Amino acid sequence: MSAALYIKNLTKVYPNGVHALKGVSLAVEQGDFFALLGPNGAGKSTTIGIITSLVRKTGGTVRVFDRDIDTEFSRAKQYVGLVPQEFNFNVFEKPIDIVLNQAGYYGIPRKSAYQRAERYLKQLDLWSKCHEPARNLSGGMKRRLLIARALVHAPKLLILDEPTAGVDIELRRGMWEFMKEINAQGTTIILTTHYLEEAESLCRNIAIIDHGELIENTSMRELLSTLNVETFVLDLEKPLTALPELPDYRLRMINSTTLEVDICRGQIINEVFGQLSRFDIRVVSLRNKANRLEELFVRLVNNGEHKTNMAAS
Amino acid sequence: MSYSRYVSFKTIVRREIVRFTRIWTQTILPPMITTSLYFLIFGTLIGSRIGTVGGFSYMEYIVPGLIMMSIITNSYANVVGSFFGSKFQRNIEEMLVSPTPNYIIVLGFAVGGVARGLCVGVAVTLVSLCFTDLHIQHYFIVFSIGILTAMLFSLAGLINAVFANSFDDINLIPTFVLTPLTYLGGVFYSIAMLPAFWQQASLANPILYMVNGFRYGVLGVSDISLIWSYVVIMVLTTILFVISLFLLDKGSGLRA
Repeated sequence: MSAALYIKNLTKVYPNGVHALKGVSLAVEQGDFFALLGPNGAGKSTTIGIITSLVRKTGGTVRVFDRDIDTEFSRAKQYVGLVPQEFNFNVFEKPIDIVLNQAGYYGIPRKSAYQRAERYLKQLDLWSKCHEPARNLSGGMKRRLLIARALVHAPKLLILDEPTAGVDIELRRGMWEFMKEINAQGTTIILTTHYLEEAESLCRNIAIIDHGELIENTSMRELLSTLNVETFVLDLEKPLTALPELPDYRLRMINSTTLEVDICRGQIINEVFGQLSRFDIRVVSLRNKANRLEELFVRLVNNGEHKTNMAAS
Repeated sequence: MSYSRYVSFKTIVRREIVRFTRIWTQTILPPMITTSLYFLIFGTLIGSRIGTVGGFSYMEYIVPGLIMMSIITNSYANVVGSFFGSKFQRNIEEMLVSPTPNYIIVLGFAVGGVARGLCVGVAVTLVSLCFTDLHIQHYFIVFSIGILTAMLFSLAGLINAVFANSFDDINLIPTFVLTPLTYLGGVFYSIAMLPAFWQQASLANPILYMVNGFRYGVLGVSDISLIWSYVVIMVLTTILFVISLFLLDKGSGLRA
């Protein structure tokens, strides 16, 4: 089975001399929910721009479902749907027209385009607003309109470039469910996001780009398993006057009713509770200090920066 | 053209027509008012003192030129405004990410411009009937010169929009090139009224060929051979189409 997306030695040098991509290679399997992460300016949007032909590559190969974007551009583009980072529709047009026109650019006749537009606009809860100018929509509605527009030609590969940026948590969760549903129906999804919780809960595989280079490309499970230390925050029932000393565990007092503890791989958190109870300290609640993927991401990116600085010096 | 290409083309043309008809008070109405003023001032008030030109009253003589002037400015304005607006709002990306080939994008915008040019041309013709009688001599010539000229200036508008980086840039060519050439292109006079040197200089103005070709279709008189009118318009249209396609293929101002 061919990969949904195959990228080999992708390079991009902008006219101002910025080397945005330095030989990125990766493959996304069909049906995957794939996270493409990286700090701002890492090269994610350039990669997406090249796949969707909004950016001209300097070198390398890109194939979408085995169709080369240089030699079979029409077929390759037919497979791809893009939800861009920024709103890029005509705000004076109505949502229904925006979606219908997009279908038209993909060669879908008006009648069947209307049926598809109706389906997606209803699913994304935009049908009641479909005859109002797009400028009247709220930020969340505009985001959903971008998704409806990207789906109208039933792409086999959907690229979501920060689809939930600026969206409130309730709406974001609704969008996650919708994306999961689309993925379950067979659509391969590539997601870029700065909400790492989002990537962790949705994606099965992950690639991290930094300074135009691929610094990690593995399964989410494998990546998370490399996390050696997790920090937990413990909320206590009663205030403490002094920090208890627990052998084998690093404990920090944040305030009189909050402690932080580092749990290394192989250690068991129940033991912490047991030892704390010997000091008559009862834990009311427990939470991760940071998202697990976030910790790994920061570590990987900082490590990359460290290497860059070392090379520069 | 395959069916899916035809659907893409129709979509762009429909979108363009919806756009300019939605804002008809900015696109159709103003040229009608401006031309009415031309007819009133140059045709009725001043024209009555000029006498006849080429065997026609001055009012009759300027009608084809004013219709052509409206077609030229509106087809140009439609594409330069719409294409640059799409670039500015980045909704041009809707087309660029799709399988729509560049020649369809160029043709779609150009035909949208032709549609507005012809709409305004018909509207101005109706206005002219309030001031004079029109007896069109050659319908085929009127329509073919009108459509080809609108196509030519639509393509010119598209090229302007590709290079434009701001709304100021889309007004430069109309203000400093298009308007002077149109006014000096025989809209209000026959070049036979000019000194010999300026008659020859006027022949370098391509708009002269369009205005006179159109005038021949309406009135049956022209300063220029009809063949030359067609040759100039078709050669320029072909050149601008090739340039437009080249710019879109290259991604100038559109793809990073």
